[in-house]
Amino acid sequence: MAVAKPETISAGTRYTDFHPRWYRRRVSVYWWLGQRQYLKFILRELSSVFVALFVVETLFQLAALKSGPQAYADFQSFLESPFVIVLNIIAFLFVVFHAITWFNLAPSAMPVRLGGKRVPDFLVAAPSYVMWVAISVFVGWMVTR
Amino acid sequence: MAETIILEIARYSPERDTEPHFQSFEVPVHKEWVVLDALNHIKDTADGTLTYRWSCRMGICGSCGMMVNGEPKLTCATFLTDYAQKGSNIRVEPLRYFPVVRDLVTELSDFLAKLKKVKPWLIHPNQPPLSQGEFLQTPTQLERYKQFSMCINCTLCYAACPVVGLDPTFVGPAALALAQRYNMDSRDQGAGERIEELAHPDGIWGCTFVGECTRVCPKHVDPAGAIQQYKLTAVLEWLKSFVMPRGEETKHGSGETGND
Repeated sequence: MAVAKPETISAGTRYTDFHPRWYRRRVSVYWWLGQRQYLKFILRELSSVFVALFVVETLFQLAALKSGPQAYADFQSFLESPFVIVLNIIAFLFVVFHAITWFNLAPSAMPVRLGGKRVPDFLVAAPSYVMWVAISVFVGWMVTR
Repeated sequence: MAETIILEIARYSPERDTEPHFQSFEVPVHKEWVVLDALNHIKDTADGTLTYRWSCRMGICGSCGMMVNGEPKLTCATFLTDYAQKGSNIRVEPLRYFPVVRDLVTELSDFLAKLKKVKPWLIHPNQPPLSQGEFLQTPTQLERYKQFSMCINCTLCYAACPVVGLDPTFVGPAALALAQRYNMDSRDQGAGERIEELAHPDGIWGCTFVGECTRVCPKHVDPAGAIQQYKLTAVLEWLKSFVMPRGEETKHGSGETGND
């Protein structure tokens, strides 16, 4: 906790000479732990790491596929190790969280107006969810047929 | 329901203290009393030195914003009964991330300087003479920016935004939303003048879309939405600058002018 020095106030501030003893609270390194919404935000930001992890995993899978049946079998046994399974489950949950927050962002960033009225947010987000379900069903059908 | 409730109020005297401390006061709980009424009651009956800002008592002047139990709130719209029912005390602090002048009063000149920087007024370079009549606007054109025009500069959104706390040069939610309010106004041609301040690392690109500004806004302005919308506009302008280098778009109003 330190008393603010006038120079710490950004340019454009006036009257600093007359207020030398403003109190300015330092932001804690753990600011994101104090509030549920902040924690949710940090987890959302962190989710991008797991999205990247899945991308890297897919690239390695493609490389193994290209290298022949033995390489692919090795890669599969790597995926079957408990550590990788747990990691993938965590990554999957983060990716789902990432997708949901991303879809919900769309109505804020792109308000759609029809006949001068703003279309309700859930209708703007809905096509993304519909596409998501449709593609998931299609991929599921491809894998299990 | 409790007859009385304890208010823990942050006190800071620049003459005496190096940092704030809390002082407790017991106040009666009346059904119609808000936190601001309780503060007035304390100032009138217990401690006349208690310092805070207030004016209209009806959510329009935007001066009574404070942290109430860690949440940025207009104290004129925060009822004691909501806390008394939960049996909790009420902790009142000055709005987070602002320098504190005294007790619950924050220093606003940094915010006001940032607000001025984004030119939140109608810019109309070739304004026709008054004799030609007023600017006309359709209800549809009004609807495009009306939500953003409801801002009362209460700065609750600044106290809610962690980016404001971590990066003091960030222009901040209210100023960016107000800039967008003018950008979207069909009478305004200043979007080109504002873009340099807005499409800047300290402007919209400083925003990480935590979304708390929108959640705490007592006037439902949706600053987070305004900023994300402007991010889209800024990207399109950036792309346009490739297609039309040194084009006319930076000289006149461009992007979201609402001329439809």
